[in-house]
Amino acid sequence: MNRYPIWKYIVIVVALVVGFLYTLPNFFGEAPAVQISSAKSSFAVDASLQSKVQEALQSSNLTPTSLSLDVGRSLKVGFDTTENQLKAKELLQKAINANAESPSYVVALNLIPRSPVWLSNLRADPMYLGLDLRGGVHFMLQVDMQAALTKRAESLTGDIRSQLREKNIRHSGILRDGQTIEIDFKDKSAADQAVQAIKEQFLELQTAQETLNGAIKIRATLLPQSAKKIQEQALKQNITTLHNRINELGVSEPVIQQQGLDRIVVQLPGVQDTAKAKDILGRTATLEVRLVDESAEAKSAELSNGLIPFGSERFLDRNGLSVVVKKQVILTGENLTDAQPGFDNQTQEAAVHLTLDAKGARIFRDITRENVGKRMAILLFEKGKGEVVTAPVIRAEIGGGRVQISGHMNSVEANDTALLLRAGSLAAPMEIIEERTIGPSLGAENIAKGFDSVTWGFLAVASFMCVYYLLFGIFSSVALAVNLMLLVAILSMLQATLTLPGMAAMALVLGMAIDANVLINERVREELRNGSAPQTAIHNGYERAWSTILDSNVTTLIAGLALLAFGSGPVRGFAVVHCLGILTSMFSAVFFSRGLVNLWYGQTHRLQKVSIGTVWRPDSGTQAQDNSLTAISKSSR
Amino acid sequence: MEFFKLRRDIPFMRHALAFNAVSLITFLAAVFFLFSKGLHLSVEFTGGTLVEVNFSQSVDLDDIRGRINTLGYSDVQIQNFGSTRDILIRMPIVKGIPSGEQTAKVMDKLKEANASATMRRTEFVGPQVGDELTVDGLKALACVVVGIMIYLAIRFEWKYAVAGVIANLHDVIIILGFFAAFQWEFSLPVLAAVLAVLGYSVNESVVIFDRIRENFKRLRKLQTTAIIDNAITSTMSRTIITHGCTQLMVLSMLLFGGETLHYFALALTIGILFGIYSSVFVAAAIAMWLGIKREDLIKNNSSGADFDPNDPNSGAVV
Repeated sequence: MNRYPIWKYIVIVVALVVGFLYTLPNFFGEAPAVQISSAKSSFAVDASLQSKVQEALQSSNLTPTSLSLDVGRSLKVGFDTTENQLKAKELLQKAINANAESPSYVVALNLIPRSPVWLSNLRADPMYLGLDLRGGVHFMLQVDMQAALTKRAESLTGDIRSQLREKNIRHSGILRDGQTIEIDFKDKSAADQAVQAIKEQFLELQTAQETLNGAIKIRATLLPQSAKKIQEQALKQNITTLHNRINELGVSEPVIQQQGLDRIVVQLPGVQDTAKAKDILGRTATLEVRLVDESAEAKSAELSNGLIPFGSERFLDRNGLSVVVKKQVILTGENLTDAQPGFDNQTQEAAVHLTLDAKGARIFRDITRENVGKRMAILLFEKGKGEVVTAPVIRAEIGGGRVQISGHMNSVEANDTALLLRAGSLAAPMEIIEERTIGPSLGAENIAKGFDSVTWGFLAVASFMCVYYLLFGIFSSVALAVNLMLLVAILSMLQATLTLPGMAAMALVLGMAIDANVLINERVREELRNGSAPQTAIHNGYERAWSTILDSNVTTLIAGLALLAFGSGPVRGFAVVHCLGILTSMFSAVFFSRGLVNLWYGQTHRLQKVSIGTVWRPDSGTQAQDNSLTAISKSSR
Repeated sequence: MEFFKLRRDIPFMRHALAFNAVSLITFLAAVFFLFSKGLHLSVEFTGGTLVEVNFSQSVDLDDIRGRINTLGYSDVQIQNFGSTRDILIRMPIVKGIPSGEQTAKVMDKLKEANASATMRRTEFVGPQVGDELTVDGLKALACVVVGIMIYLAIRFEWKYAVAGVIANLHDVIIILGFFAAFQWEFSLPVLAAVLAVLGYSVNESVVIFDRIRENFKRLRKLQTTAIIDNAITSTMSRTIITHGCTQLMVLSMLLFGGETLHYFALALTIGILFGIYSSVFVAAAIAMWLGIKREDLIKNNSSGADFDPNDPNSGAVV
């Protein structure tokens, strides 16, 4: 009765082998490496880059210990010492980037697993350590969606205004109130025409009419579905922008993820210069191009802080001079595809060259044609505060989407402005709502602490089990070790993030998993106490304990899943390990340990003794055996 | 080895009233502390900035306090963290000043006091995140309670579900009560520990309920109280050993896990100790008060003849 069919043993062996293979990479440690990835889509990471890197390294006598190319993503070059790693980084930065000002490749320091190639080919990688274990910075950013919607409404207001003008529909004023666009009309037919025009041209708007003292007011608002779309796009654009900005930082494995509807999580492992990281991320700038208000009132307002004309706003430029610009937005950062620092061909002044997308180019051409001789302002909004970056005079119609901004800039400023513009402007402002920095020494200490907790806890439990339950205790301890191995293997396979609470969960789950074996062993003892034959006792012990084990694991799993569903950050790391650990424990504590017991005892026909520690009987009054072995005179069934 | 040489069933249920009184008193004390002192919530919940700094030699906290106070932030808490060379600074959110600036200013002051100051870790949490965490925490708690009740109700009967959940919620309140009474820091990992304990100590009740059900089938002549006594006595050994093993693990976390895991392990320790008490004495007693009966569990096989051998819960035929 205590025999497994051969397929069950096969399942066990397969699980052990797979578990062992995927646990293995965790033992090899990590080697210092240089990681090269593309900073711009036009520069590919391919074999030619690899040969270029090899040549450069050879010429300066640096021999990499490993070289792995992940085409299209990154090239990782491993070294034996951190000293060589640093040398190689500097060397490669120069060798593969023709222009240091705007690098084509990001060269970053990284760590790569030392595991042998055949393991890496199996996609067996070490566990992915969280920031609290490897050090780095974590940011959570909240995207201001209302601002994105307001901005969209503002630009729609401008669009409607020009559309009505084009169609010769007379209105008596267009205004944006929050996210609602209000258009006033004197007569009904014009209002109807306008509604028709809006329906045809602006599919994302819905309109409502109302009559007040003979005047007609149309209110246009964004349709809920298009508002949702705008928010989604804003979030996507912000993520892309952050990607670009972080590329400038040269981080090896940045994590930039959407969380919820309006949040972005950024994790920069290994980054220590948090000030710089935050500086670059925190430049939550949005870019807008508007016309400068050239009316006489505006001019006087600029000079004397007088009343600002209706429909205009006052901003300061970098030198603190005020500029009055119209509220209507011509272009936003969305239409900007590239910005590069450079020099003016004629004056040799520092300049920034902008490239616009097709829509932007068309709008820009129209605006510049209509406004030759007037000034145009490029505004940067950071945290709701706008600043005029530059307000050049439009000298001629600018077609083709290539724009040059020059004047009052030195080359450093040009470089800065270009970086800001190039890294893309954000579609909506963002605010840092959570920030965590973990120093590298703390990370290493946390690993050691987590590792110590698991090791000593494991040893203590295993030794107790072995002493108390003898051979069955050894089986239980082996099962517990298998549980740990499978858990590590699954975590490595899933590349789930392991955090310090995760390691705590590992220790805790081992402490809980032993419950199953205690239950089984106690049941087997009880069966023996009641006089069952050893084989029957083993069989019944496992069978009876099973339903209890299942029940108790389900309740623990309910708690684990709730944590997974509602937890964030450290709690989630805990919950993942906790849930996985419960699942692996069901396999190891019941299925696997039974396999061991069956293998050991199942073959014996007339089993006399089971080594499970003292089986004490109240009726006999004395201990059954002093040698802690149970002898039962009955033969097995 | 055998720790538990119990000749006859211990009459736990005879003292059920006393046990319930004890747990009621502890429970009320915990509630009292929760309301009078409140939880000392970590930055994650309240929002604010936290900086952990390491010095090469031990530093005078008063000196540091004096220097930081010159910055003019209100309610700054400074304390040692693990050793006299590590300090932890907590600052509430200051409107208009970005967290990074706040941290940088504090670091400047600390470097003035002692040049060896190195920043080990900073944490900034905005106010909106804190509120969410509290709501999510409560949601998770509700989810666990409801989930476990439904499961127990399906697997056993509603009386067991109610008894199990009351017993274990009382553990949760007691853990929180300890944290309030001693003003230990209640952080996210502690919350995780509390919920894990909830799931874990329900195990305990499940094991005992399982045994009660089995006894109802097996020991037909016994009274309910005797059946409960027998169930508790016969699972006693397992209860203590299992909890002992889990506690060994937690103890190792307490000893080797450092400051970060300290309160986590502490919450687990309290949870495990009270978990034993509540599931053994409280859950069973409540189930008894609620009037569990043999008929509730074994309606179908009330006669011994139609015993189903495939039923995993069927008892042994003695």
